[in-house]
Amino acid sequence: MQHDTARSWRHKDLLDISQLSLEDVLLILDTADYFQEINTRPTKKVPTLKGRSVVLFFAEPSTRTKTSFDVAGKRLSADTFSLAKSGSSLQKGESLKDTALTLQAMRPDAIVIRHEQNGAAEFMANRLECSVINAGDGRHAHPTQALLDAYTLREHWGMMAGKTLCILGDIAHSRVARSNVILLNLMGVNVRLCGPRTLMPYGVETWPVTVYDRVEDAVAGVDAVMCLRLQLERQQAGLLPDLREYAARYCLTAGRLALANAHAQVLHPGPINRGLEIAADVADAPESCILDQVAAGVAVRMALLFLHLTRKG
Amino acid sequence: MADLFIRGATLQGRTVDVLVEGGVVLDVLAHDPARCIEAAQVRDAAGLVLLPSLVDVHVHLREPGLEYKETIATGLTAAAHGGFGRICCMANTKPVNDAGAVTAFMLGQAKKSHPNGPWLHPIGALTMGLKGQDMAPLAELAEAGCVAFSNDGLPVLDSERFRRAMEYAADLGKMVIDHCEDPFLAPGTGVNESALTARMGLKGQPSVGEAAQVARDVLLAGYLKLPVHIAHVSCREAVELIAWAKAKGVDVTAETCPHYLCYTQDAVRGYNTLAKVSPPLRGEDDRLALIQAVNEGVIDFLATDHAPHAMHEKEHPFEEAPNGISWLDTALAKCWELVRAGVIGEERFVMAASTGPGERFGLGVNRFRPGDPADIVLFDPDAVWTVTPEALHSKGKNALCLGETLRGRVVAHYLAGVAVI
Ligand SMILES: [Zn+2]
Repeated sequence: MQHDTARSWRHKDLLDISQLSLEDVLLILDTADYFQEINTRPTKKVPTLKGRSVVLFFAEPSTRTKTSFDVAGKRLSADTFSLAKSGSSLQKGESLKDTALTLQAMRPDAIVIRHEQNGAAEFMANRLECSVINAGDGRHAHPTQALLDAYTLREHWGMMAGKTLCILGDIAHSRVARSNVILLNLMGVNVRLCGPRTLMPYGVETWPVTVYDRVEDAVAGVDAVMCLRLQLERQQAGLLPDLREYAARYCLTAGRLALANAHAQVLHPGPINRGLEIAADVADAPESCILDQVAAGVAVRMALLFLHLTRKG
Repeated sequence: MADLFIRGATLQGRTVDVLVEGGVVLDVLAHDPARCIEAAQVRDAAGLVLLPSLVDVHVHLREPGLEYKETIATGLTAAAHGGFGRICCMANTKPVNDAGAVTAFMLGQAKKSHPNGPWLHPIGALTMGLKGQDMAPLAELAEAGCVAFSNDGLPVLDSERFRRAMEYAADLGKMVIDHCEDPFLAPGTGVNESALTARMGLKGQPSVGEAAQVARDVLLAGYLKLPVHIAHVSCREAVELIAWAKAKGVDVTAETCPHYLCYTQDAVRGYNTLAKVSPPLRGEDDRLALIQAVNEGVIDFLATDHAPHAMHEKEHPFEEAPNGISWLDTALAKCWELVRAGVIGEERFVMAASTGPGERFGLGVNRFRPGDPADIVLFDPDAVWTVTPEALHSKGKNALCLGETLRGRVVAHYLAGVAVI
């Protein structure tokens, strides 16, 4: 089975959800299912990618995503190498093009890139022969996060189509929201967005979503709520009056969550600001899937490394 | 004996013979195959379009200071091949052209490399260092040879200071050119705020940030009864404000650039840094509004905003790449697509790209009347060429139309009757 799936994977890179078909997504999630099972075994390591090398290039700090990819690679017996922005030549002002050429010369089998520039993953993919996996570029895309969110939801829901999910918070600056909107839409989930207008992207009316400005309306009858981390500097940028007012109006509290369907799931890409975008008791409640998301992250990233590194041609 | 005799060229639909003597047009006659005139130089121009040399009131040459992007010599060579007889260079060099000595240096470089033209006409800084605060020594700059003043690239936000600079420049008989953009509302991100850029995660420049300052400028010009020229108009709102001001009798002129007429924001897809320009490429509705405005004369001139950069600077992630498009080599061929398609009439094109700006800025104007300067382009409308870095004379290979196959090329260019290519 594994060989057949690998043969049918046709993408050199994973840059954005929009490049994937529903079939591709289901293949990733089903492959992740298989690895999730391996992750529950006492010995969590398989030799599948022995001898392959994966470079983790994180130009922007993100311990959790990087660790998740690192664990994923190691469980498949790949060699993982880290290239951080600090301590590398990037600090001395090396351009991304030169970094790409340097990496190319090292002939890795895949590069996982996190970068603060929109389009950085595509920039690298255009210049590298190996697979490039986007681990978040600017405000543009975070496809692996969206896939692990979908994986988590599918575990709880079984069927995705027809369910309703609300993404709550700073949509405008969120690559997580962008990738999730595309992916959940592709899977037949009804997506609602909620947040102050200053944190909504321009032209959001052209997105396949319903936009709400009151949390109470937005979460009414939904099957899941996804909270986004609020960057504290949004206040300095003049997008919000103050964080206290934000919390009062948009924090996902137990009272607000009670308006959703019974057993509605709560997701958060982390790290969370307790009491700001999500109440502490909600983050710790049984409905919270935040730790399931972390576990799913490893399985989904194992699936992605597997599919990209064993693809034929 | 005449200096130059051009036989059988096409001038706005007519086939003509042109006689040049002493650097000026002696006569333009209906073509007669039997006509035989003794001339030092005879040029058979059958099938070629006859145009007056183009006048570009908005280019960036990078000398002094950033010669790796472009020098005055390479810029003028590109101008010669692109059909431009006169180009006005903006002041954002290093150092900024805010002193007569800088202006004199620029003119000296031009004279050294291109004694017979194309001619360089520096535009002086409006404020010291383009900082938008202290007024530059406009009289000194005018005396040194600046033909206008502008803070191009860095708009003057302080309306009081802009007003005073307009007044001071008026005493010198010079025009103020404004780069319209409220930097708070529309920081120079090089991309239009739209659903597309929101999807790409890019911060956009909303068109109202441009229009808001156009509104200020035309209100000031009307109030002071002084002229103003609006640089690189890119959006419908700005067009509507300029039309309104003109209807009120305000002495305003405006320019737009080939990229706003030929492309839309879709060109940034795939994070294409060649399409990164400020003001940014807008939507199709804006493009159509600009074309209509050019045809109706609401937009008076075509200028290129030629902004050469080194390719390694454009080869960055989108937000790190500089704004600007290299145009001098390709603008005529690209705009001719619009003329050929009948989108813009040839007569209107010539007015917008040559005689109009020449007149407004007090430069030489060739209307092909006896005594006009013999600044003449022979353009082969059917010459097909592919835009490659090697095909460009500008050091700036950052042409938006790189890789495109264009139809039309300058095959001869005379300035004051002297061949410059
Ligand atoms: Zn400019």
